Parts: sequence; C-alpha cells; structure tokens
Amino acid sequence: MAAVTTTPRQKISWGTTNVVVVVLALIPVLWLVSLSFKTPAAILDPSYWPKAWTWSNYSQILSTSQFIRPLINSIGIGVIATFIAVVLASMAAYAVARLQFPGKSVLIGMALLIAVFPQIALITPLFSIERGLGLFNTWPGLIIPYVAFGLPLGIYTLSAFFREIPWELEKAAKVDGATPFQAFVKVIAPLAAPGMVTTAILVFFACWNDFLFAISFTSTISSRTAPASIAYFSGSSQFTVPTGPIAAAAVVITIPIIIFVLFFQRRIVAGLTSGAVKG
Amino acid sequence: MAAIVLDQVTKRFPDGALAVDKISLDIKDGEFVILVGPSGCGKSTTLNMIAGLEDITEGELLIGGQVVNSKSPKDRDIAMVFQSYALYPHMTVRENMGFALKLAKTPQATIDEKVNEAARILDLTQHLDRKPANLSGGQRQRVAMGRAIVRDPAAFLMDEPLSNLDAKLRVQTRTEVSRLQRRLGTTMVYVTHDQTEAMTLGDRVAVMRAGQLQQFATPKELYDSPLNLFVAGFMGSPAMNFLPGTVEEGQLRTPLGDLPLTNQLRQELEKAGAPRDLIVGIRPENFEDASLVSADARPHGITFPATVDVIESLGSDVFVHFTKNLERGVDSAELRELAQDSGRANPDGGDEIVARLDAATHVREGEDVQLWADVRSLHVFDPATGRNLALSGRAAAPSSAATPAADAPASAPGTDTSADSPAESPDLPAQ
Repeated sequence: MAAVTTTPRQKISWGTTNVVVVVLALIPVLWLVSLSFKTPAAILDPSYWPKAWTWSNYSQILSTSQFIRPLINSIGIGVIATFIAVVLASMAAYAVARLQFPGKSVLIGMALLIAVFPQIALITPLFSIERGLGLFNTWPGLIIPYVAFGLPLGIYTLSAFFREIPWELEKAAKVDGATPFQAFVKVIAPLAAPGMVTTAILVFFACWNDFLFAISFTSTISSRTAPASIAYFSGSSQFTVPTGPIAAAAVVITIPIIIFVLFFQRRIVAGLTSGAVKG
Repeated sequence: MAAIVLDQVTKRFPDGALAVDKISLDIKDGEFVILVGPSGCGKSTTLNMIAGLEDITEGELLIGGQVVNSKSPKDRDIAMVFQSYALYPHMTVRENMGFALKLAKTPQATIDEKVNEAARILDLTQHLDRKPANLSGGQRQRVAMGRAIVRDPAAFLMDEPLSNLDAKLRVQTRTEVSRLQRRLGTTMVYVTHDQTEAMTLGDRVAVMRAGQLQQFATPKELYDSPLNLFVAGFMGSPAMNFLPGTVEEGQLRTPLGDLPLTNQLRQELEKAGAPRDLIVGIRPENFEDASLVSADARPHGITFPATVDVIESLGSDVFVHFTKNLERGVDSAELRELAQDSGRANPDGGDEIVARLDAATHVREGEDVQLWADVRSLHVFDPATGRNLALSGRAAAPSSAATPAADAPASAPGTDTSADSPAESPDLPAQ
C-alpha cells in the first residue's frame, strides 16, 4: 500500500468506510458493556449509557458457583484440549509437510472435511456415544470433540509453518547426530513456535466460544462451560429476564480472549527463521 | 579420519529417474576429493548418499572399511557443510557449533574447549554469543565450517559451501578451506559446479555428467588428458575450442588449416577405428601471436590468418576472440550440454574461437593477424562417442576410476608428441 500514492479523496473515502465498519462492530459490544452496568430496573431504559452505574450484576454472578465453576471448566477444558490438539497437530503437520506417504492426500482431504462438517449433524450420534461410554457430562466428554475439531485447523496452520522451515536444517541436525525425534524437538519445533502459538490461540478460541457441544454434552455445572452456563441464568423472579447478569457474564468471558490476544500477539513475530540460510 | 569407498553406487528415485549410475570412487584417508559437474549431474545426490541423507539403491558404500549403507547419518561420524549453511537460527554461534557434541553427551567443559579452539582457528571468537541472523555471509559460512570441525569427524562433506559468497570472498575462503584441510588432514569430499574450485582445491577431481562418472583424476591430468569431450570442455576457463576436422591424405583438415598427423596420432586413430569426421580440441593457451613465436617453437605448430573480433586484456594475458567460417559445425550431445550449462545462447555457435596470447601482442580489434597454433597439445575426439582418440592408447573406460597422479605425466599428449617431434618437424608445413 505504501508504494501506491493515495489522493486525499481516496484517504477520506477509506477513512470514512473504516470508521463506519468499526462503529458498527463496536456498538453492540459497548451496548453489552453498558447493560452489564445498569441496575435491573434500568434495563429497559433506552439510553445508551447507564444513568446509575452499578457493579451488582458482576457481584451477583461472581458470588455464585453457577458461574464461577463453569468459568473454571471453560479454562481447564480449553487449555487441555488446546494442548493436546497442538501436540497432535504439530506431529501430523510435520508428516504432511515433510513426508510422502501413502494416503497423504486422503488424510488432508479428511481433515478438510472435518473442518467444514456441520457440527449440529453430529450432536445426536455423539450424544449417544458419550452416554454409552460414560463420557457424558465429564471434562473428557468435551475435550475429545474439541480436539477432534481443532486438529484440522491445527494441521493446516502448522503444515504451512513447517513448510517455511528450510529442510536443510533437519539434514544438518541429522548429520550432527540427532535422531529424527531430537531433530524435531530441538530444531524444528523451536522454529515453528510462532506457528504453534498461532494455532493454540485459534484452537483455544474455538473451545472457549463453543456453545453447541457445551450445552448438549453437559447436564450439571461439574462440566458445563461458561457460555452454556449463561443460558441457565435465572432472574430474581420467574418473570424477570436476567439481562444484567447475562451481559456481565458475557463481558467476563470476553476479557480472557482480549488478554490472550494482546499477550500472544507480540510473540507471533515473523522472521524468526531469518539467518538460518543465507540472507 | 577414514577412507571412503563407493563401489558401483547407484541412486534411482521412486519415480524411476536414475540420478547416479554405478559410481565407483576410492577416496583415500586424508584425501581432498572434488565432485564436479553441471547442475543435475548427480554430484549432490552422491554426497547425500555418503552422508546418509539419501538411501543407496544399489552398490556399497564403505567409510573406514565398514559398509555403512544402512547406517543412519548419526552413526557414520561425518560432518557436512551445506550450501545454505543450515545454521540453527534460534541458537547462538556457540550453541550451533556445540550442538553435535551436546547431542553426543560430551561433557560441557570439553564442548567449551573444542568450540573455543574452532572459533580461534576460524576467527569467530568475538561472535560466539551472536545469533546467525546478525552475522555476515562470510561469518555464517565460517560458523558452518566450525560446526563441522569441532566434531573431529571421519570425513567432511561439503555441498557447494562457497557458492553463496561474493566473488572476492569466495577466492579468499577457497584458500582458507584448502589450508584448513591440510592442517586437519581429514578426508574431505567437496561438491561444486565451479571448475576453478575443482582445479585449485582438489587432490583428485571426479567429473560427473548425467549421473555417470566421466573421469576421476588429478586436476592436472584432467586438464592435460581429458578422457572425453565433456571433461575437455568442462575443465578450463575459457573453455577448450572445438573445431570440426576431417582426416584426408594423412592430414587433419580443420578450418584453421591442414594439420599434420603425427605418427602416433595416426596409429591411434587407426587402432580406434576412428571415423573420417572428427572433433578437434585446442585450448586457448595453445594459440599465440605468430610474431611472438620463437623460431624453435614455430615448427611445432601451424600459422594461420584470422580476423580479430573482440579483445579482452587481463594485463597478464590477452584473450582474442575470432571467428572462422565452418562449413560444418561441431555437434555432439556433450557439447550441447556444456553450452546449456554455461548458459550460452547459441549452442551451435562453435565458430567462435578464443585464443590466449601473450600480453606483448599488439593485435587490435578488427585487424587481420597471423596466429600460431601449437599442434603438440591437440586433442582429437570421436563425435559419436565423445572419446578422446589421442588418448586411446590408454584405453581407460570413462566409468572406471583412473589411477591418480602416478601415470599422469606420462599420458599427457603434449609430452608424448613433443618427444616424437624432432623427427616429425620436417612434415610440418608452416602456412
């Protein structure tokens, strides 16, 4: 873009478009934040910002295990599923990027198929399987499907990263006396670290944001994740909608995502491999 | 330190392509051997097979007297320097050089000692704690060498280690590589496509073409007695000039004039059952400005007129390009391949001839001059097989490894014919 000269007119039109898009995207988010600070009586108040700010919605959801426990589940299940998916995906992606083996194209095709498969179609059979295996309403009951759906994404992202790493580095490691496993762990994996972090973030987001599996394969707060638990919020009486607590919970589960991105974005640095081969 | 023996080693890729065809090399302990050839000739594949990075389809590979065909690279005790250097970018220079020793579970104190020693030899001491990304090309190259020498391996394998350096640094590093090899005395196999590197570095040079070994000999022998057209055209810069020649009435008729056939050459041609049409090869330095040729030397060659096309003066020598009208071009698969490799636009443009004259010459561009060609160092090739007929007495097949140094001087055609020449000189017509 920098090389292309832009006229002031183009600048204005681009700027306007950008502002419109950002505003449209942010209005609902800010509205949610605003709702989370409104008192129950002011929920139906049409003004955008609350007239009286209150923390009561937050203190309400954070004082009960109905939300705290699912939050812990979300973090635990997300981290474990992400870890397993990245480890498995990096091995698979390494094979896909480096080796010619029979059935490679089938494997890639299957991975793509899983990635685009409508999850809703799998709910009923998976539900029956999990009931039969005793996985229903347990952590593994969610971790396993999350890993399964995170793997295709991981394999695709990571194989692209592995392909970028010069093959001669592995040859050098082998000649230096490394076993294939040592070459992978000591040379290839450190260089693919940015790719692994990227993959981890993507898989973690998918787990964290999932609602469908979480609501279908859980029945109590012992394994229900945060997004699903919000659906079970109840108002102060049968006839009040718990809008305030829902908004507060939504803000709470958004915060880790923002922190996650801000923290890891810096680590996704390009050019870590520069200097490996001649510049 | 170890000898490396390749016995009929063949590499066939899964798609059926034959990359290396029955190569046999006998590399002695401590020898510096160069594999040279145009791109795609199988030299890097051969090196990778020695390293264990490629499987050997057929044949046997011995390192230090042991068959290592099925051994993995880490069990072969060899070190390799890659064309791209392949330094580990996430490690410092110190860690890069010590990586192999660390994998071998060498005590840290020994690693430090060896790395420091290698760094001192290669002048890298002040860069030990830097990452490869912060080093210059030449420094990276030295780190790659350092990584190899700290291991004190049975053999060094080098895959075009200098090709990423600029011209000046390449010449400088070439000398360093040579000095290093002599100092360490380790067997070294070095792959390059640059014939100058091959000539200057190697104890012996293996010339390869299309997966086959053409000749394995000392640089001098390759230059003086190439076994075939390919070796003749590949070694030497500027390259040997090739002209069509016809045997008629005991004379070799070429565009430069009729060359007398020495008795020996005639016998060899008869013995080899050579065809009438031949390819004559003459090196640029075998030409001279006729006015600068001493009376003693004059009878050993022919004098012919030429129109100077381009002059390149190097100070010490003058390269003169001239053209001769050839009624028939020289055509052979070998020459076409050489032309392609050197990127010459017109592969059949065999009518341009390069002569290297003494700097004392006064020839100018566009001038008609008399040039002299020394016929003692003439090479005569069979266009069909590419074989050097002037050497047919030796009857060495291209794929059998020629014995080194020992018989080199005796077999040089220049030496052979000059011994005969006093008797023959009356036959030589000075044109």
